[in-house]
Amino acid sequence: MVDFLNAIVALLNYVIVPATSYGAQLALGALGVTLIYGILRFSNFAHGDTMAFGTAITILVTWLFQSWGIGFGPLPTALLALPFGIAVTALLLLGTDRMVYRFYRRQKAAPVILVIVSMGVMFIMNGLVRFVIGVQEQNFADGARFVITATQFRNLTGLDEGLAVRTSTVITVVTAVIVVAALFWFLNKTRSGKSMRAFSDNEDLALLSGINPERVVMITWLLVAALATTAGVLYGLDKSFKPFTYYQLLLPIFASAVVGGLGNPVGAILGGFVVAFSEVTFTYAWKKVLTYLLPASLAPDSLVQLLSTDYKFAVSFAILVVVLLFKPTGLLKGKSV
Amino acid sequence: MIVVEDLHKHFGGFHAVDGASLEIRKGSITGLIGPNGAGKTTLFNVIAGRLPPTSGRVLMDGEDITGLTPHELFHKGLLRTFQIAHEFGSMTVRENLMMVPARQHGETLWNTWFRRGAIAAQERALAKKADEVLEFLTISHLANQKASQISGGQKKLLELGRTMMVEAKIVFLDEVGAGVNRTLLNTIGDAIVRLNKERGYTFCVIEHDMDFIGRLCDPVIVMAEGKVLAQGSAAHIMENEAVIEAYLGRGLKNKTKAGATA
Ligand SMILES: Nc1ncnc2c1ncn2[C@@H]1O[C@H](COP(=O)(O)OP(=O)(O)OP(=O)(O)O)[C@@H](O)[C@H]1O
Ligand SMILES: [Mg+2]
Repeated sequence: MVDFLNAIVALLNYVIVPATSYGAQLALGALGVTLIYGILRFSNFAHGDTMAFGTAITILVTWLFQSWGIGFGPLPTALLALPFGIAVTALLLLGTDRMVYRFYRRQKAAPVILVIVSMGVMFIMNGLVRFVIGVQEQNFADGARFVITATQFRNLTGLDEGLAVRTSTVITVVTAVIVVAALFWFLNKTRSGKSMRAFSDNEDLALLSGINPERVVMITWLLVAALATTAGVLYGLDKSFKPFTYYQLLLPIFASAVVGGLGNPVGAILGGFVVAFSEVTFTYAWKKVLTYLLPASLAPDSLVQLLSTDYKFAVSFAILVVVLLFKPTGLLKGKSV
Repeated sequence: MIVVEDLHKHFGGFHAVDGASLEIRKGSITGLIGPNGAGKTTLFNVIAGRLPPTSGRVLMDGEDITGLTPHELFHKGLLRTFQIAHEFGSMTVRENLMMVPARQHGETLWNTWFRRGAIAAQERALAKKADEVLEFLTISHLANQKASQISGGQKKLLELGRTMMVEAKIVFLDEVGAGVNRTLLNTIGDAIVRLNKERGYTFCVIEHDMDFIGRLCDPVIVMAEGKVLAQGSAAHIMENEAVIEAYLGRGLKNKTKAGATA
């Protein structure tokens, strides 16, 4: 019985808690991708770098606050800086739209052209982020590191295994829930949100209604700025910030959006968790959990790790391929433009 | 009201609209007929700003409106419906109608947060109007259904309903009766006449049902192979040799083709 509890705690500590937190971050990232796809009808390759940009600005503002001695108690100062990061990112995205995407929209450019355009934007943002904050890794999490440490948990429960709950995990999950609830309220209950859904449902018809397409596009970029920056900051608080890592996040984020069904916000969230849980499950060494659960004679000698962590991106890719083979429009029905 | 001058629309080497010139008089219900593939829908698409013309001009009340976006034309009171009904699938039928009027308070983020009362009042008025339109079209019972789930004929009615949510000047109806049963078709016909009489809408109607055209439309314009073939009263058109040939001739040509391949 105690072994069983230990196994559960180990599972929570190494698989479920980290995957939930990572899943929430991917979900927020994928929501941004899916909104752009639904409204502007292209896959935005610059999304990873948009997240990096928003996070970089947030880090700069965090440092500024820290130098002024402003803190947020046990919570990271970055949360105070987040609105500023979002605002600056929103300006960047609106500026990019004005200078780049609007031109192609007027030309009625094909989605594939917009994808390539977004790659160009990606390279520019890539450079911009490195210019603003450099290429090194930055740790900007301050405040309390743990809600409960492994030792505290062990002392509390008397179990051999400890469950550490980090502040960043709790913040990630709570923030993600608030952001998602607000987004869905906006999309379903407000007229602006309905305009966006109308645009996503049927662009031809939306243009023939009183809906102002440029306003819908603007609101979309604002939401994307908020989602991308929040996702980036949460990821950075949880792990660390490094521009290259954010660029790499593009794959699991796209995998999440596509697996869930591109253009479908609920799908993006589902996809985020599917990808995160698969990635963690496949790269976790199950030896410990199995040792608790199996009789001593059957206890594994090896690590029982299906894939080394170096291959974690391969997991996203594999899920993507498998889901597309069986459900080409994603788990929940998305668009297939 | 609408003047089309020597309009061309080419798809590659194919001339879908090939030098069409016509006029739609203010206050009229103009019929537009022609065999399948005559270029009627393409002509609508160009007039309504969905496709850019290859050459030619479209004037509305003397003003050049060629190349304006559908959104800009909507603001000028030019509305159209689609041959294959379009709808906002994720919304209810009532919500579909409520999306139509422009410049609603709720469209700006500022108002969304700070003028909740004004938005709510406006939405109530719109919902009431939408319900009246649905009642008029005899589909009140569908108000809360998802628009993606209603039948093809019902979607056609929804298309017409959309044009009744605002004060339009001219409405282009593309086969508004296709897939609609006879009784409903009469209802639609009555609706068109009423909108024309009571609200002063000008209509241009594409329809294959000649009874319907004959009952409502004057004048009738006939298109064939991208050109305007004839124009006149319905009775006059139906006796026109060229028109009969355009319809039958194509049918015969197709028949011989089919015979050759068989
Ligand atoms: N986007 C397009 N690309 C290429 N060809 C097109 C396109 N749209 C229409 N056409 C061609 O133009 C011709 C005219 O089509 P259109 O839809 O205007 O005919 P129509 O008169 O509305 O016919 P129907 O009565 O069957 O609706 C057809 O031969 C069609 O194949
Ligand atoms: Mg047609």
